[in-house]
Amino acid sequence: MADLQTQNYIRRSATTLTPPSVRNHEQEVAKLIDVTRCIGCKACQSACMEWNNLRPEVGHFEGAYENPGDLAPSVWTLMRFEEYENDVGNLEWLIRKDGCMHCEDPGCLKACPAPGAIVQYANGIVDFMSDACIGCGYCLKGCPFDIPRINPVDHKSYKCTLCSDRVGVGLEPACVKACPTGAIMFGSKSDMKDWAGERIEDLKSRGFENAGLYDPPGVGGTHVMYVLHHADKPGIYSGLPENPTISKLVQFWKGLIKPIAIAGIAFAAVTAFVHWITVGPNDVEQNDEDEADRLLKKAEGS
Amino acid sequence: MTNTWQDIKNANLVVVMGGNAAEAHPCGFKWVIEAKIENSAKLVVIDPRFTRTASVADKYAPIRPGTDIAFLSGVIRYLLANDRIQHEYVRAYTNAGMIVKEEFGFVDGLFSGYNEDTHSYDKSSWEYEFDEQGFAKVDETWQHPRCVINLLRKHVDRYTPEMVTRICGTPIEKYMEICELFASTSAPDKAMTSLFALGWTQHSVGAQNIRSMAMIQLLLGNIGVAGGGMNALRGHSNIQGLTDVGLLSNAMPGYLTLPYDREDTFETYMSTKQFKPLRPGQISYWQNYRKFMVSFQKAIYGDAATAENNWAYDWLPKLDVPLYDIIRAFEMMDKGEMTGYICQGFNPLQAFPDRGKIRRSLGKLKYLITMDPLDTETSRFWEDFGPQNPSKPEDIQTEVFQLPTTCFAEENGSLVNSARWLQWHWKAAEAPGMAKSDIWIMSGIFHRMREMYRKEGGAFPDPLLHLSWNYTDPHDPDPEELSKDMNGRALVDLKDASGAVTVHAGKLLDGFAQLRDDGTTASGCWIFTGSFTEKGNQMARRDASDPREQGIAPNWAWAWPANRRILYNRASADPAGKAWNPGKPVIEWNGTQWTGIDVPDYTPTTKPSDSVGPFIMNAEGLGRLFARDQMAEGPFPEHYEPFESPSENILHPKVKSNPAARVFADDRAAMGKVADFPYVATTYRLTEHFHFWTKHALINAILQPEEFIEIGEVLAKQKGIVQGGWVKVSSKRGWVTCKAYVTKRIKPLIVDGKPTHVIGVPLHWGFTGQARKGFGANTLTPSVGDANTQTPEFKAFLVNIERATGPAV
Amino acid sequence: MQLSRRGFIKLTGAGLAASSLGALGFGPAGEAMAAAVRPFKLVAATETRNTCTYCSVACGILIYSMGDRAKNARSNIIHIEGDPDHPVNRGTLCPKGAGLLDVVHAPTRLKTPRYRAPGASEFKEVSWEFALGRIARLMKDDRDKNFIDKNKAGTTVNRWTTTGMLAASASSSETAYLTWKVARSLGMVVFDNQARV
Repeated sequence: MADLQTQNYIRRSATTLTPPSVRNHEQEVAKLIDVTRCIGCKACQSACMEWNNLRPEVGHFEGAYENPGDLAPSVWTLMRFEEYENDVGNLEWLIRKDGCMHCEDPGCLKACPAPGAIVQYANGIVDFMSDACIGCGYCLKGCPFDIPRINPVDHKSYKCTLCSDRVGVGLEPACVKACPTGAIMFGSKSDMKDWAGERIEDLKSRGFENAGLYDPPGVGGTHVMYVLHHADKPGIYSGLPENPTISKLVQFWKGLIKPIAIAGIAFAAVTAFVHWITVGPNDVEQNDEDEADRLLKKAEGS
Repeated sequence: MTNTWQDIKNANLVVVMGGNAAEAHPCGFKWVIEAKIENSAKLVVIDPRFTRTASVADKYAPIRPGTDIAFLSGVIRYLLANDRIQHEYVRAYTNAGMIVKEEFGFVDGLFSGYNEDTHSYDKSSWEYEFDEQGFAKVDETWQHPRCVINLLRKHVDRYTPEMVTRICGTPIEKYMEICELFASTSAPDKAMTSLFALGWTQHSVGAQNIRSMAMIQLLLGNIGVAGGGMNALRGHSNIQGLTDVGLLSNAMPGYLTLPYDREDTFETYMSTKQFKPLRPGQISYWQNYRKFMVSFQKAIYGDAATAENNWAYDWLPKLDVPLYDIIRAFEMMDKGEMTGYICQGFNPLQAFPDRGKIRRSLGKLKYLITMDPLDTETSRFWEDFGPQNPSKPEDIQTEVFQLPTTCFAEENGSLVNSARWLQWHWKAAEAPGMAKSDIWIMSGIFHRMREMYRKEGGAFPDPLLHLSWNYTDPHDPDPEELSKDMNGRALVDLKDASGAVTVHAGKLLDGFAQLRDDGTTASGCWIFTGSFTEKGNQMARRDASDPREQGIAPNWAWAWPANRRILYNRASADPAGKAWNPGKPVIEWNGTQWTGIDVPDYTPTTKPSDSVGPFIMNAEGLGRLFARDQMAEGPFPEHYEPFESPSENILHPKVKSNPAARVFADDRAAMGKVADFPYVATTYRLTEHFHFWTKHALINAILQPEEFIEIGEVLAKQKGIVQGGWVKVSSKRGWVTCKAYVTKRIKPLIVDGKPTHVIGVPLHWGFTGQARKGFGANTLTPSVGDANTQTPEFKAFLVNIERATGPAV
Repeated sequence: MQLSRRGFIKLTGAGLAASSLGALGFGPAGEAMAAAVRPFKLVAATETRNTCTYCSVACGILIYSMGDRAKNARSNIIHIEGDPDHPVNRGTLCPKGAGLLDVVHAPTRLKTPRYRAPGASEFKEVSWEFALGRIARLMKDDRDKNFIDKNKAGTTVNRWTTTGMLAASASSSETAYLTWKVARSLGMVVFDNQARV
């Protein structure tokens, strides 16, 4: 489904070849997570672990219902719980299934320096290809949702595949199928948006004036969307970004470095690169962001 | 459940009280969400904690554990005072107009007939007045001061909104809003469904909790209709089936009851079973009891059960006490009155109250047999696991057998779900190692004992020697053969009045109407008759079609009784036979017969003008707002405090707790006082786990790895307890050390002016399996049960809590 | 690690290298980098219909096992998911049901009968023959010793109160029926199930 021959993908990391594009009539898929009907039962987590043969270590109780405590190489989806007291003093227990958003404009893919380690299929799914992954961690940097995790043992990056193996044979993802209350739905992106519209209407009739769909434009929209009761405040849902965008650093890398690279690069760079990746993934500080921003502006200005 | 899981979607109001449906039954709970989305239903949750069910509720109200009857009695008062009942329904289908005996009374917390020495009632005054023909007297105008509705009005008059909030700690505005929501379903075309589980049963007043809501549902006209009903969500996958097949101390298959010593002959026994109708023209279905009973005895004793030996009546054991329930069993064990105990797929060291007593008692047995797919704590009670299970094995003389069994995936058979569906399942793989099915093991024990009795003789071997055992492989009977036994068959050619053969000898029966009391039919469980017929295994049916998508799916598997999906469905239509809710009819009278999407309660040609009541198992054919002598502690529910409670009984200080409860002396001595244990504790399951099994499943151990308790922010601050910090929780019976979850979801309740703190104790952890070791919630719980069922009071007891320093290693 | 300015430079260097791989003709088609999704694992697995063993919602499940039930293949359960035809769960499962595979294959599944002698500090593995023979003997001896055929009033009561049994509420109704027959024909009255807990 995913190699060039299948003509089924539209983007491939660190590749300047134009992907085959004649099969242009594939429907985009989307997963719609309606947090207002989610009961936080973790069936999605259970089904994800079961289908994908993932078993993280048995942890400890850490003062929260989140278990495991965070996303991890073998934790691709995680229920996050927030006890929120609203303006009139009533408690709302906001429970959000966290995991890869499958951005239309995937920051991870743009940031990825390893050819073909991250691909995007025509249906919108963003998938990590472990054989090509070099464990550099750029995908973390590129991701505005803090999703991918590098496994220190095999130096590969992991995240939700949207069960591309199931979708590829015409099935819904494992979490979608399991979800007892239909809080996770799956279908074409346009159907999911229509359905979200109905849900939002119902929520407004129940007093949630700010109910809305989370399909952030800063990343071109996502193939995993949320229905939120308080769409005006995504941050209260365990830190869902208000307006996610791809890091300037990544834009800089795409916009500036690639042309430079094409201008002629020695193989020494490859050696340096390979050496560097063994150091491991990285975090980027604000000053690096600012530096990238400055360079980007300079480049654009020139 | 009176209704089906999918039928919940037809509700206009869903009330979850005495349960936590979203966490305990997530896949059934989808139909609540469906009701909200497709039927604009409101969801109300009333619970001491803000649960995951509450997280999707339209309205949540907190309540102090163990005060549900006060809350619901207040609702009844509201409905009656504001005339928000469904009049025509209440008049036609309940005993509201029946006149009660003059001697009946209620004073200072006690109903008439109380005996202080025996802690029990002489219930003779809890009865209707009868006319010369033996029929109960009725005042259709409800003017008589002693008709049920007026007595009820008087009884609940004390439960004013102020009194309810004083007792329950529920804020008054929230309580009033909920009363109004309940009342809105008194409209004939509106329905409320009640979803409950162990949150109501595990109290010393458990059965009366449920009665209170059932009475509300009758007053609102919500029983029998689509989207209504009393829906006990139930626990294990076949807990309904085990109950149906009568694996309880005093039960026999199909809700027949084991005899008591006083029923010394078969005729004496029968004299209390075949209830005569209390109103003219009523069905009183138990009049058929003898047919079911004789057919049962024929099923298990075959030719050895004859008219001459009263169908081997004496071979059934008789009871000298109401119940040999689990609390009594461990009391007997602790007193050295028991030799052996068999735990088939059951883990009492984790499951029963007062763990210390359970451990001590098991050590007094000569032998303990466990049959289980998993390595249970009970089978290792004798082993030293540190503070979670301190023991000196050398001092324990109990012989222990740990027998490995198959699990669900490795066997064929049927399970009965909470909606009474019998569903067949198929084996997918062989059992691991030498594990064997329970059928094989029980057969093995049976054959060996029978052989010993044949060779050696011994105590009264007749029932064992004559037990019917006609299976192709006697050592491992096929589940299908056992199903057919339960369904039943004709023993001779059965003929109708004209002499024509209706069922040939040896053929399977189609329904329990074919059963006879003359020994010509055999049926091991009459309510299952029709489940496995000559047409094949009805439990294996897989036609999911659903007329009007109303949530009946009549051809999916098979439901008892008679494939009826909604019990009391006659009450879904008005007395003339038209559906109360024309949008969602269940059955209706078409002029010649009852038709619709479900199997009617009685013969389809019974005319509405015959006024046959829908509640065919009751002798008056009506729903009971007044329970006659059916309950241990009174014909009306009354608020009694839990046995361990922080509060006096404000209504009647002299009678604090259930006066008819049975409490053993040692257990009473192990009750704590509020001075030492000032906080209310309640135990519960978390959605990530199923009791004590899933800690053996790695995925579930990952999802909730370690024991913890839940505590509100206010109390945590007072006690210096931090989020995720260690605490020691203690009751009069024991202590646990675990981590604390400090939460906004539990708030102090103002009870009679005083703040009351609730501590939540999830119950899943033990010392075997994949999750981290824990002490188990039952270390803390008291050994006292509901007065009717002896279900232990796990939902309300007293504890203390203090900050602890670290792991109890 | 935190990325210093020096790190940022390294990052650009790494970027250069990777970018050039693609741009300089080390194109994907020629490499063993063909992106491919994980093969669908149930293609020829055997599907068996069953019911979830946990709660009484009784969700329909599909059990997938390796092997096609050929004589030489031993079925091994590899995956369990919801039965989409089932009217109640319609394919969904809860966190327990979705993890059923791990209870089937739990390391604490018992495989051999085991026996713990009085005062012993451990179990030892025994044969079924030993276990069932010994159990039958213990039960018969207790029954013969403590069986009550008549009460003080002389009524035939035929009860056995000194050995009790808890029956499994996750076992089938067929198992339940057979268990009832055996237990009651012995006169057992201390008899219960999980209905209350």
